[in-house]
Amino acid sequence: MNDTLHSHEAPIEHPGYGTFIGVWLLLLLLTGCLVGLSHVSQTYAVWGLMTLTPLKAGLVFYYFMHLKYEGPVFKIVILVTLGTLLIFFALLFSDVAFR
Amino acid sequence: MSGHVHRDDLGSRLGMWLFLVTEMVLFGGLFIGYSYMRYRYPAEFHHGGMELNATLGVINTLVLLTSSLTVVLSIVAVQRAEKQRAMALLSTTLGLGLTFLVIKGFEWSAKFHHGLYPNSAHLATLPPGEQVFFGLYFTMTGLHGVHVIAGLSVLSVMLWWVATDRIRQDRYIHLENSGLYWHLVDVIWIFLLPLFYLAA
Amino acid sequence: MSGTHATTPEPSYLVDTGTRTGVMAWLTTTDHKRIGLLYLYSMMTFFFVGVGIGLVMRLVQLTTFQKLVTAQTYNAMFTVHGVIMIFLFVVPGLPAIFGNFFLPILIGAKDVSFPRLNLASWYFFIAGAILAVLSLFTGGGAPDTGWTFYAPFSLKTGTNVSLAVFAAFVLGFSSMLTGINFITTIHRMRAPGMHWFRMPLMCWALYSTAWIQLLATPIVAITLLLVILERFFGIGIFDPAKGGDPLLYQHLFWIYSHPAVYIMILPAMGAISEILPTFAKRPIFGYKAIAFSSMSIAGVGSLVWAHHMFTSGMSGMALMIFSLLTMVVAVPSAIKVFNWVSTLYKGSIDFQPPLLFALTFIFLFCIGGLTGVMQGALAINVHIHDTYFIVGHFHYVMFGGTGMALFAALLYWFPKMFGKMYSKKAIYASWFPMFIGFNMLYFGMMILGMMGMPRRYYVHLPQFHTMHVIATVGSWFLVLGLVIFFATLIYATFKGEKAEDNPWGGVTLEWTIPSPPPLENFDVIPTITRGPYHFEQEEHP
Repeated sequence: MNDTLHSHEAPIEHPGYGTFIGVWLLLLLLTGCLVGLSHVSQTYAVWGLMTLTPLKAGLVFYYFMHLKYEGPVFKIVILVTLGTLLIFFALLFSDVAFR
Repeated sequence: MSGHVHRDDLGSRLGMWLFLVTEMVLFGGLFIGYSYMRYRYPAEFHHGGMELNATLGVINTLVLLTSSLTVVLSIVAVQRAEKQRAMALLSTTLGLGLTFLVIKGFEWSAKFHHGLYPNSAHLATLPPGEQVFFGLYFTMTGLHGVHVIAGLSVLSVMLWWVATDRIRQDRYIHLENSGLYWHLVDVIWIFLLPLFYLAA
Repeated sequence: MSGTHATTPEPSYLVDTGTRTGVMAWLTTTDHKRIGLLYLYSMMTFFFVGVGIGLVMRLVQLTTFQKLVTAQTYNAMFTVHGVIMIFLFVVPGLPAIFGNFFLPILIGAKDVSFPRLNLASWYFFIAGAILAVLSLFTGGGAPDTGWTFYAPFSLKTGTNVSLAVFAAFVLGFSSMLTGINFITTIHRMRAPGMHWFRMPLMCWALYSTAWIQLLATPIVAITLLLVILERFFGIGIFDPAKGGDPLLYQHLFWIYSHPAVYIMILPAMGAISEILPTFAKRPIFGYKAIAFSSMSIAGVGSLVWAHHMFTSGMSGMALMIFSLLTMVVAVPSAIKVFNWVSTLYKGSIDFQPPLLFALTFIFLFCIGGLTGVMQGALAINVHIHDTYFIVGHFHYVMFGGTGMALFAALLYWFPKMFGKMYSKKAIYASWFPMFIGFNMLYFGMMILGMMGMPRRYYVHLPQFHTMHVIATVGSWFLVLGLVIFFATLIYATFKGEKAEDNPWGGVTLEWTIPSPPPLENFDVIPTITRGPYHFEQEEHP
């Protein structure tokens, strides 16, 4: 079960400063877009919320939190969690939205 | 007691991620509550959102995003045995985290100044939906603030450990896990910004 | 594999080998077996407090003893009975005691992934318990809301709800940390060759339980936190006067508290799946079906919460969806029952106390489970909502199910945990009053509920009196049985005969090591080459 030590024996695998700075710039850009959209109209703001925000969160998860470099177990854990929350949300709205 | 030495970095990271799962669900519960209330009171939430200072919200977003970057860069620095740089980057994170809290403090005190806080006489005169909006605003940003404080405390310990070489090139799992926590705090704010400041 | 301890035997985990001795050695231990026993002792204490309160509540329903307590105290008693039994006994029950003790042994590991975190979980548990006890005597007195803490009453009552709710919050923390530990342990600590489908079914049950603990507990944590914030700062999210919605409280509360039912029952089912093959001397029938049904109970069980709210004024759409999902969750439960019965079929059955309690579990759980399906039907639910029927039903599932399985597991693993054997005759003697008393009490309650007796009432109408008397007499038999049962076990820990390493002829890993196990469980980590229930005689009939 000890496949853990590989990451220490091969430091070449680690991404460098550049990758993360690039992601950070992208995150700033997306925040800018989000703010811009919110000035256009309420509808655009909500669309921005529904698309750009998960994208930003995804970038943080994937790069900053190293999900890209982890095994499938980690990705499954996250997907199961998000799926569960989504189902909770949907079932709750089966009540609120039809009341 | 059980004296065997057992080191499993991947297991530690998995444990940390599972802990983050509980944090995600904790805030997930609040987000679900927010959507529920927003669905019931769309107009009131819109009006409540206008009262918030979007500029401060956006500035705080930039502050937190940058602090996230410096944490992840400090891990790269530790991996490359660049101790001084790692310490500088971690200190930057701590500074930015404190900046976030200070800005948040100004924002909250402005709200208090305008009588917009739970149980205030002024808030009781507003329509019910707006009272709920501010209840949620203070609960969610407050709970997030508590997490920022927790994250800063943990990162301060990490800074100390880097300085005293407890965290070094061949052993930095604690820094990685603390970083994960800090990023999650950042992600939660990424969601809070549009929910309260932009799209409400 | 039986030769692992042939040479100089290691001292057992019950002997202090470290620098600390006596009580301090126990309170600072990171050994999963000792932590399991710490949970066992503390939980059994709370269990008997809960039983005592239950007994007094039954006495109150005999009009003669009505003067024993006031109506307000009665309200506090059913609240405290619920809080103790649920948060301090059944939710942590099997995972914390037997999960801690046996999970590492069953997968061939020396300890869990995070031993210190494991000890911390126990301290959170004890801290929560102390806070819960404190809430009874401080502030405005013992909470009187029922264990569900429904808003808006819980926001308004002058009793000490805040502290009780905070206690539940801390206990939730303990539960989540245990869950994190178990998932990581199962992912990372399995012995070489221990594939996922070579794990004993108890591990599958603990794994699915841990996932529910992780995904559902934070929801109740935030809900309870909101109640506290509401009480201190009046944030208004659940308060209708400020635009909040009590129904949101009910939703959030049950999003956790229904899955919590599966946190309680899944490890019980796991233990039963260990016990039956050992005493039927044949492999479990439908290993994968049981493993997957654990996972699907965990999955579907998280989606049925609103069946607690059928009379609350939800939308018709939600009523239909949740009624359907409630019926669906019976399917994986039934799969397990059928597999257990098929395991017994044509087995060479060796009738021993653990098997008796395991069979009792199946019988009582079926009654509890089937009455559950009844309540999933909307029309019936409206009739029996908040009556004694519900009380009878969940005691069949929680006590008849989880409780009996916990007793069965205790009897099954007792010789391994303590290295002593109990008097089997005394255990049989305890079973008769327990079983008869149980059914008188809780079946009596279900009949009362059908007749229309509402739950949580201090007084009752004359037409319910006969059944109340029967139920109360049943409670005396039940307690008599419990006292004999635990007296037998406590006596056995001191004066019992020395137990063999493998008294039942089990084939899972815990029976290959000495009783009680040495500190590090295995001298040499075993290499697994086959499935968990491999009985020789079955291979060569």
